[in-house]
Amino acid sequence: MTKQVVKLSRVVIRFAGDSGDGMQLTGDRFTSETAGLGNDLSTLPDFPAEIRAPAGTLPGVSAFQLHFADHHIMTPGDAPNVLVAMNPAALKANLKDLPRGADLIVNTDEFTKRNLEKVGYPANPIDDGSLDAYNVHAVALTSMTVEALKGYAVSKKDAERAKNMYALGLLCWLYNRPSQGTLDFLRSKFAKNPDIMNANIAAYEAGWSFGETTEAFSVQYEIAPASMPAGLYRNITGNPALSLGLIAASEISGLPLFLGSYPITPASDILHELSKHKNFGVMTFQAEDEIAGIGAALGAAYGGALAVTTTSGPGVALKSEAIGLAVSLELPLLIIDVQRGGPSTGLPTKTEQSDLLQAMFGRNGEAPVAIVAPQSPSDCFFAAIEAARIAVEYRTPVFILSDGSLANGSEPWLVPDAASLPTFEPNFATGPNHTADDGTEEFWPYLRDPETLARPWAIPGTKGLEHRIGGIEKADGIGTISYDADNHDKMVRLRQAKIDAIARTIPDITVDDPSGLARVLILGWGSTYGPISAACRLVRTAEGSVAQAHIRHLNPFPSNLGEILRAYDKVVVPEMNLGQLALLLRAKYLVDVISYNQVRGMPFKSDELAGVITDVLENL
Amino acid sequence: MTTNTFPALSLVPKADGPQTAKDFKSDQEVRWCPGCGDYAILSAVQSFLPDLGVARENIVFVSGIGCSSRFPYYLDTFGLHSIHGRAPAIATGLASSRPDLSVWVITGDGDALSIGGNHLIHALRRNVNLKILLFNNRIYGLTKGQYSPTSEQGKITKSTPEGSLDYSFNPVSLALGAEATFVARTIDSDRKHLTEVLTAAAAHEGTALIEIYQNCNIFNDGAWDPLKDSDTRDDAMMRLVHGQPIRFGKDMQFGVTRAADGHIEVVEVSSAGEGAIIRHDAHAKDPGLAFALSRLANPRTLQNTPIGVFRDVQRPSYDRLLREQVASVTEKKGKGDLQSLLNGNDTWNVS
Ligand code: SF4
Repeated sequence: MTKQVVKLSRVVIRFAGDSGDGMQLTGDRFTSETAGLGNDLSTLPDFPAEIRAPAGTLPGVSAFQLHFADHHIMTPGDAPNVLVAMNPAALKANLKDLPRGADLIVNTDEFTKRNLEKVGYPANPIDDGSLDAYNVHAVALTSMTVEALKGYAVSKKDAERAKNMYALGLLCWLYNRPSQGTLDFLRSKFAKNPDIMNANIAAYEAGWSFGETTEAFSVQYEIAPASMPAGLYRNITGNPALSLGLIAASEISGLPLFLGSYPITPASDILHELSKHKNFGVMTFQAEDEIAGIGAALGAAYGGALAVTTTSGPGVALKSEAIGLAVSLELPLLIIDVQRGGPSTGLPTKTEQSDLLQAMFGRNGEAPVAIVAPQSPSDCFFAAIEAARIAVEYRTPVFILSDGSLANGSEPWLVPDAASLPTFEPNFATGPNHTADDGTEEFWPYLRDPETLARPWAIPGTKGLEHRIGGIEKADGIGTISYDADNHDKMVRLRQAKIDAIARTIPDITVDDPSGLARVLILGWGSTYGPISAACRLVRTAEGSVAQAHIRHLNPFPSNLGEILRAYDKVVVPEMNLGQLALLLRAKYLVDVISYNQVRGMPFKSDELAGVITDVLENL
Repeated sequence: MTTNTFPALSLVPKADGPQTAKDFKSDQEVRWCPGCGDYAILSAVQSFLPDLGVARENIVFVSGIGCSSRFPYYLDTFGLHSIHGRAPAIATGLASSRPDLSVWVITGDGDALSIGGNHLIHALRRNVNLKILLFNNRIYGLTKGQYSPTSEQGKITKSTPEGSLDYSFNPVSLALGAEATFVARTIDSDRKHLTEVLTAAAAHEGTALIEIYQNCNIFNDGAWDPLKDSDTRDDAMMRLVHGQPIRFGKDMQFGVTRAADGHIEVVEVSSAGEGAIIRHDAHAKDPGLAFALSRLANPRTLQNTPIGVFRDVQRPSYDRLLREQVASVTEKKGKGDLQSLLNGNDTWNVS
């Protein structure tokens, strides 16, 4: 039958099901086809910490949200227009986010008495009128998948498991997505198991045909490609982007990449990704614990590698002493903290920005480190290169503060030209750098570069540079053990001055204020960039004047930050913590910023932020 | 001596010319207590290092925290004095990424077995190419005299005025249980034996653990005296030599045999007969004999203490496997091209 085709400018779809239903995979595939069509997009996976919580229960619900559009978008979307609910638990857990009038596709096969009881539905919501506010499409996804796979050499269980591909086929038909990429993907994923491969392909195709023929869906949608700068694009998720950035930094600098890491959610994917690229000379070391992860990285840094350790908040706590040692040794080291909900184990799979002060101050003694925070999934790539540059040029540990939403979220990425990436040099020490009173040439490991205040990076194997260093205070210049009071005071100040000096090489922060009239500045850092930008866009559409700036370098701050802060009547700082950046800004610049906070494990909604901004504008 | 004596150092550049112990002395004033056993070990190591025949700048000593961990400051090599317990982890990163270095770890009973126990056992099972010298003085020196994980149960110290309650570690048993490929024990005061053991360790590819009985004359003086006094030592201590019958005593009157129930025991050779005495086999694949030998000593009286190489077996080192994996993946996939990596497999063009 010919169906009506309706053009839409943007859609937010949420796939929700049991952890075992393959919702992340379904979302990934839909994203990939959507990216290929040239829509702008942004994704947000939301999954439980348990690998397989009991089937059909609320804690076991796993969801994937995708926002795609024919124009530039900034966030994964506040609320879905379409919810695909594979079981009653998925419906119950997600319905509260669904606005009235939204499309709801439910898998009726799972709405059994037992499954309904598991999540406390007294009656079947599909029939009791409680879903009247939505546009419900009741589809027997499981049984139709099983029916479609009759005659395939797979068990009933395997046939049932292919229902996510059936749903994917249906949604791909509904939004006019191409199929080729998914079919190729299934062929390669199940290459070793042709029966499963054929069943999944058949399920996908059956879902597609169902959409085409059924009367349950009378409309098919089209979302035109977004206009984006010309070039070659790919879709990229934050953790892989960070990994590619590290490899790029290694190639640019000629330093071998060494990762010392202990698995932890949500950072492990960086370890997984880097371990796939040994043909770039990448060495990945899965350590016995967090401390050994950073310890090995520090050892490799001492030996002249571009050394990295990856972790999340609890791991940073364990690594603190070793970070202090790296500060004292003044060696380049990247510490990647993919932040999650805390304290303690907290919310392992949810996002938060609450490690800023830990990165800043979480060590004994005066132990300053540089901090860089990416603002979007693809920006993780450039943040990694920038952090590596600072680490190597200033011989210092550098934190990269990513977070769960950046790590797992994705967006289209204009692939950079490898030849045009910024470069930096290790400039290893090669010979003596000091002449003793008696004229002999010596090597002083703590003799600093007058410009950067960085000490020489003198790696073992360099003749004549044999020297001993450690965590005990060192005499300025010569680097031998020193307990002298004046020397310690000087060294503490020098280490701080070195970190402060980095500000000379980082760009000024820029303000986006299209009207040029704004009296209110919204200032953020990290992953809040998307929601803040979308909120500012909403406010501006409603004729409000608001300025936006985003901090990438959190230590040291850009040199012009104070001036910018003072140029506005009000500065609003939204953060997914209780005001950690706000605390630093107040302390350093004596500016009474307005802190707006949320620690719900999820990114800000742009509507909500727009409301906050509007309130401030109205009370000027 | 050439590097051929030390196959484990085949990738380490050789010294330009002959070296002497003096070349390995740094200009730093040694700050251990007068009479400390560490002096003898330092002097033995300084004399031994020239034998390696490798370039001085390619030798690195990494240490943790404790009296012994000051060791690297006194050697004119590269040296890294790190944090408590973590030296094996740091050395693992260094040795794994730099096959052209000879990497040594200096640690003590507190550093290696208490705070750093986890790193020690994992270094041993991984078999990273590093040599760990564990100075065991059965006490905490630098923190002024608390009992350590090798102190005998009931030890009276500042932190245990009524006697320590915990049972002690036997570092050799622990290392063997942790899948170590090279485990040896020696004594600070026996320079010849110490040098022999260091030589064997240097030749070994992979992690070597050398427990060195060291006297802390300030807080635990005489801890090893039964093994040092000329009156008692020969009857208390057995020297393990690969391939030789395990016999000891002033008149070689004692030997080790296997009892009917399978365990090993010390007997009078005259009554058991020479034929019953076990020959030491450090190369045995099964660590059973080495472990049994490590259990013979009485932790309190030190009677029947074996010294020497308990175990020395071949297993590819972690760092070699790591390099081989990188090489084989590179051969299979070709050297990585950054632009194709950035592009990935799924791109589209916007014009
Ligand atoms: S306290 Fe003991 S181990 Fe430490 S230096 Fe003094 S004698 Fe040696």
